[in-house]
Amino acid sequence: MLLEVKGMNTFYGNLHAIWDIDIQVEEREVVALIGSNGAGKSTLLKTIAGSIPMERGSMVYDGKSFGPGYGRKASMMVKMGMTLCPEGRHIFPRMTVEENLKMGGYTRKKGELSAGYDRVYSLFDRLKERRSQPAGTLSGGEQQMLAIGRALMSSPRLLMLDEPSLGLSPLLTEKIFELILEIRNQGTTILLVEQNAVSALSVANRGYVLKVGHITGSGTGKELLESQEILDSYLGG
Amino acid sequence: MKIQKVKKGILPVLLIAALYGIPFCVKNQYMLRIGVYVCIYSILACSLNLISGVCGQVSMGHAAFYGIGAYASALVAIHFGINWVVCVIAAAIAAGVIGVLIGIPALKLSGGYLVICTVGFGELVRLILLNWVSLTRGPMGLVNIPRPVLFGVTIKSGSQYMVVALTLFLLIYLILHNILNSKYGRNLKAIREDEIAAETMGIHVHREKVIAFAIAAAMAGAAGSLLAHYMLFISPTIFVGDFSTNILSMVVLGGMGFMPGSVIAATLLTVIPETLRGLDKYRMLIYGFLLIGLMLGKNVSWETTALGRWGAGIWGKIRQRRGLKEGDGKV
Ligand SMILES: Nc1ncnc2c1ncn2[C@@H]1O[C@H](COP(=O)(O)OP(=O)(O)OP(=O)(O)O)[C@@H](O)[C@H]1O
Ligand SMILES: [Mg+2]
Repeated sequence: MLLEVKGMNTFYGNLHAIWDIDIQVEEREVVALIGSNGAGKSTLLKTIAGSIPMERGSMVYDGKSFGPGYGRKASMMVKMGMTLCPEGRHIFPRMTVEENLKMGGYTRKKGELSAGYDRVYSLFDRLKERRSQPAGTLSGGEQQMLAIGRALMSSPRLLMLDEPSLGLSPLLTEKIFELILEIRNQGTTILLVEQNAVSALSVANRGYVLKVGHITGSGTGKELLESQEILDSYLGG
Repeated sequence: MKIQKVKKGILPVLLIAALYGIPFCVKNQYMLRIGVYVCIYSILACSLNLISGVCGQVSMGHAAFYGIGAYASALVAIHFGINWVVCVIAAAIAAGVIGVLIGIPALKLSGGYLVICTVGFGELVRLILLNWVSLTRGPMGLVNIPRPVLFGVTIKSGSQYMVVALTLFLLIYLILHNILNSKYGRNLKAIREDEIAAETMGIHVHREKVIAFAIAAAMAGAAGSLLAHYMLFISPTIFVGDFSTNILSMVVLGGMGFMPGSVIAATLLTVIPETLRGLDKYRMLIYGFLLIGLMLGKNVSWETTALGRWGAGIWGKIRQRRGLKEGDGKV
């Protein structure tokens, strides 16, 4: 098991955002987390990544256990091969495409960077054409590709993608999901948050349904796609 | 390749030589005095540019570190009679350590909250300097600050001091230049561009900010030392909030994150008020309008004006001649 979360709780001040979450991610799986707006999906990813502290619960990642509190930092998790590609792109607009990728490889040694560029450019040929262009001038879709490519530069073992299809055309969304499978086939485990439940579940091995901070369902991608649960939770029933 | 590198190296060397020429050619004491102030203010503007321009953490308390450095240096010199070089280092360390202590809590804040916090810090330091009479002599200020002695020479004349100030400035500028081109410099830029992204890259955002804040504070402290041993008298009225605003204006005018700009702006904002001295009571009025005009002018995109197009054309030809590709060397 690559990641096991047990009884995770996160608060924003007095707001109890996620409650007693248990999730498991096996090596080389694509796991989808779905749920409506404000369900706490991003909060869960950020807590796992260590950018907001876990109030109660525990987590085992790559054989190491972590307890609650402020001790675990995001920078530490990236070094351990856990990379979050945050919701809403967050590229560095005034840096060029290649500089963005270079920042992505921040935790890597200099010698390992060129292999990283090769991997990203072979996945996203568009980025190669635009390598010396400021990232802020890319189209929305290209920026999303850059955000994913940049996250890959840290050669993560666990890549967490927060709504990669946000604001993309249906065609590009399909392409992104194809790429997600390709990245998985290259050996990277993926934890995927999506609004686009149907697409997400069709590429996922397994999925969890999150509803106002609680997990209300889980199963294989196929099971969830066929269940009433999805219709209820996802369409806000 | 090699020839290009040499060519690139020549310009800065010529520029530095020209700068060192100033104290030897200029005999007018008043001009030399302005020269010393330009050096001091350039250090202040460039160091503030590191934390506020490059890293995006706007501070309005920079004069406080300048003051801490000035007092630390003067007190060490008065009470222990140590060599000035040690005093500068003491000033930088004092300001740097306080920078760390303030930076750790303050840099958890962002935007306007950080600005207010640094304004408060600046005021706090001023009040301490004013009221800790047993140490700082309060409003009476510190007097009889010893002149620097370097290699057995007492630095007395304006031109001698200009050489000292210029050397310290160039040293600090070189340090900043190297920081900007290092991995650490890129981290700071990434933090300014997008803090969330920087964090997800694995950058220790808070720690990097605190380090930059401390470096900037230490450099301002060194500038304070330069001032104290030049004026030979310091009082809390120099290190007020207004002055922090002035330094920030230099950074904004010169361009956030652009070091040569800070030097040019520091020079302009020192020289302009001096040249307006003859106009007496209209001086600050004109200065105010000029400042507004400069700020507005800065935001005009020059490529759209006739002069700008002409300039851009020539610049393009020069680059073509030197065999540079379009887009090379852009920030
Ligand atoms: N920084 C914050 N401070 C306070 N409350 C927050 C903060 N971030 C999120 N919340 C709240 O926590 C809850 C969960 O938010 P979260 O961003 O995790 O939802 P989400 O499932 O990712 O939604 P979406 O699909 O819209 O992105 C929401 O009610 C939100 O208002
Ligand atoms: Mg979200």
